[in-house]
Amino acid sequence: MPLLKVEKLTHYFGGLMALSDFRLSIARGELVGLIGPNGAGKTTVFNLITGVHLPAEGNILFEGGEIAGLAPNRITALGIARTFQNIRLFRDLTVLDNVRTAFYAQAGYGAAEGLFRFGRFKREEERIAGKALDLLGAFGLREWADEQARNLPYGLQRRLEIARALATGPRLLLLDEPAAGMNPNEILKLMEFIRWIRKEFSLTILLIEHQMPLVMGLCERIVVLDFGATIAEGTPGEIQIHPRVLEAYLGGEAAP
Amino acid sequence: MGKAGRGAILQRLRDLAASRHAAHVCLAAGFVLSFAIPRFGLLDRYVQLILMYVGINIILAASLNLVNGYMGEFSVGHAGFMAVGAYTASMLTIAVFPSGASEWLFPLAVAGGGAVAAVVGLVVAIPSFRTRGDYLAIVTLAFNMIVKSVLENIDAVGGPRGVLGIQRLTTLPWIFFWSVAAIWVIRNFVYSNQGRGILSIREDEIAGELMGVDTRRVKLLAFVVSAFFAGVAGGLFAHLLQFINPRMFDILKSTDVLIMVYLGGIGSLAGSILGATIYTVLLELLRPLEIWRMVLMPLMLVLLMIFRPRGIMGMREFRWFVPAREWAAAVARRRGERAADAPAEG
Amino acid sequence: MYLIQQLLNALQLGSIYALIALGYTMVYGILTMINFAHGDLFMVGAFFCFLAGVSLGLPFVPTMLLSMAGTAMLGVTIERLAYKPLRNAPRVSPIITALGVGLFLENFTLALSPYPKHITPLLDIRVWTVGGVSVSSLQILIIALSVVLMLLLDLYVRRTMVGMAMRAISWDRTTASLMGVPVDGIISVTFAIGAGLGGAAGVMYGLAYPVIDPYMGIMVGWKAFISAVVGGIGSIYGAMLGGFLLGGVEVLVAAYFPSTYRDFVAFSLLLVLLVWKPYGILGKPRPQKV
Repeated sequence: MPLLKVEKLTHYFGGLMALSDFRLSIARGELVGLIGPNGAGKTTVFNLITGVHLPAEGNILFEGGEIAGLAPNRITALGIARTFQNIRLFRDLTVLDNVRTAFYAQAGYGAAEGLFRFGRFKREEERIAGKALDLLGAFGLREWADEQARNLPYGLQRRLEIARALATGPRLLLLDEPAAGMNPNEILKLMEFIRWIRKEFSLTILLIEHQMPLVMGLCERIVVLDFGATIAEGTPGEIQIHPRVLEAYLGGEAAP
Repeated sequence: MGKAGRGAILQRLRDLAASRHAAHVCLAAGFVLSFAIPRFGLLDRYVQLILMYVGINIILAASLNLVNGYMGEFSVGHAGFMAVGAYTASMLTIAVFPSGASEWLFPLAVAGGGAVAAVVGLVVAIPSFRTRGDYLAIVTLAFNMIVKSVLENIDAVGGPRGVLGIQRLTTLPWIFFWSVAAIWVIRNFVYSNQGRGILSIREDEIAGELMGVDTRRVKLLAFVVSAFFAGVAGGLFAHLLQFINPRMFDILKSTDVLIMVYLGGIGSLAGSILGATIYTVLLELLRPLEIWRMVLMPLMLVLLMIFRPRGIMGMREFRWFVPAREWAAAVARRRGERAADAPAEG
Repeated sequence: MYLIQQLLNALQLGSIYALIALGYTMVYGILTMINFAHGDLFMVGAFFCFLAGVSLGLPFVPTMLLSMAGTAMLGVTIERLAYKPLRNAPRVSPIITALGVGLFLENFTLALSPYPKHITPLLDIRVWTVGGVSVSSLQILIIALSVVLMLLLDLYVRRTMVGMAMRAISWDRTTASLMGVPVDGIISVTFAIGAGLGGAAGVMYGLAYPVIDPYMGIMVGWKAFISAVVGGIGSIYGAMLGGFLLGGVEVLVAAYFPSTYRDFVAFSLLLVLLVWKPYGILGKPRPQKV
């Protein structure tokens, strides 16, 4: 059974069709890329999968269960996490708190215990702080733990966003343009990084990216979107010479 | 990490323990004072009265800060919750409790007022799921007006004339108790899992939801706790002033609380305490100016906003309110960093 | 017949709310700021009307023009002194400042004029009775003048360079200024127009309900704010619609229910409306890109 199966996904924004009959199937452990010109509908796919919008038509099956229509935090609890095209950290909170917030659903105590400080509060808070610090440590962010997220350099902010997403304990990770604004050197490091977290955290990854070196070098399979519809699907080698793909990207000059 | 490094850390932790102790000592001293002052007339009765109003306003400001400051919403109807608490508590001591026992049952009346206000808070929270910002302001504003209108139309609670002859049950110890309770509970809330949920709503609600925060639940909780304490303040207020009418709890009162919160600094409990104290005391000090008091006061507020838009405390918090563990851990991390950075000392 | 009478009253009150609501919506549209002092500008307009029309004895037209001009200048001054420094501050700071400015205006006026003022009629009012309904020339004047002002405003915003600049600033202030739009000047013009309309409303209110007091702007201000939001804040037609809607609801509720229920029913209806249309009737949520 595929981990994620999307069928007939269609969505409109006002009168504009953002996605038309989109389908996607991802098996456990795969690393799949989603590419396409700007405005093709890639982030819309992410938004629909994670529950930000309700799709006009279609099914989204995660581990066999329908998730279209569920609240975003329910979907996250089921095991899907994401990062954002424009970084959406909690800027005025500390780095540590950004990650701790993502442990919300896993805190083992309720409102009363929090308000009056009894029961499992202390133990759970220590557990969460420990796990959050461990996660930050694994990402090389531990020394920034008490810094405000807004003060982090750009590259570290992107890393923090991924760390925060991983705090929710996902099985499927959606990365939205993780390499935006990076130079070729940084991209190579990012590719290593993504390979590492995939192994370390047993993840299935779907990523949106414009930087071709990363997509071609990293992804096992690539899906190409244009004007809301899938125009090609295959291995990097197949996609690179696919005529419709070349046509979509500036009429033929889409050399990576 | 060598002896010097370890010694420095120990010293710091000692400092911390000292400050923790200082906090507890202050609390105990305050508790004793709250009994001693009225009993032995240590302060003028007028000053005692002002202190009690300060306490009530601290509870109002802290509870509104929870929703407006920490959660980043814009609720402008806080006086509505206060009214519900005031009327409920008054009805309890006047009509429900046996008259001899009201002094002992007073905390129950106040808590009862808070509880009913909390239930109402539940209702007001629901529109907050779909609307934000200016639209939520309308909802809370309408709520405030509706409460006032409803109370004006219920003859059983005196209609527009209101309730008279309420017993003077509010005392300095009770004010102290409820203020401390409010600050303690709200501070606990903010530094807990649910508190992080609230902050995520202020920072970026969608991102928060996508990180697993149950924003509905958290919003409900915030409104309920906020309304509860506003109701408590209302009950204390009613039993201090000894009469209440709907006009006291209209938009002007809500505006007062808004000013206290933003004056002191949103997202800071110390700020709420400061804002409430300064606002109340200043208004009293300026009383000789009569009508010009209310001309000068807003002028100073405007000037303050221009020069310190985030309020007096900004979003900084007073050390005693940050949980000891958090503070110590952060301090230790910083010490650890510095010690690691200076291997020569090792 | 009674209904038609009440509808006329509703239109009169609604026109006044609409004019004030326009001021709110214009400032909100351009600065995303709720100018809570706006209701008090309306009150100042009514007092200017008193000064010009009663103290100085001027006829209607100069009174109206002077009041509008005076309120407009006051609005611009307030913007320059109190709001401009906070343009880049957190969103709530200008709101609190506005509350402060409003309180200042109310109490300053109260200090100068401790007793309510009565506005003697500036116009000869004729009342016609048409089939059981009495129509006064004042009512017609108020409604007609309001509609004319609103149409002029709409034309101004849609057809002139200034209007276009206003719309540009409301969408993206930084880019507009980079494109050479004199942002400060346009914002001042916006405030001037909004305040001027509020002042006009003050004059009309003073003529229609001749006793004025310094706190009259509070309730009216909040109600006009609600009108603007219900209609869809940022939308000129929304403000007009909201104003007439609220005026209508208020008058009709007072006509058929005991007067103490008026506010309660009116606000409850508005709440229901907002629950049904969370962004106001003509409002559009500013799309948030995720």
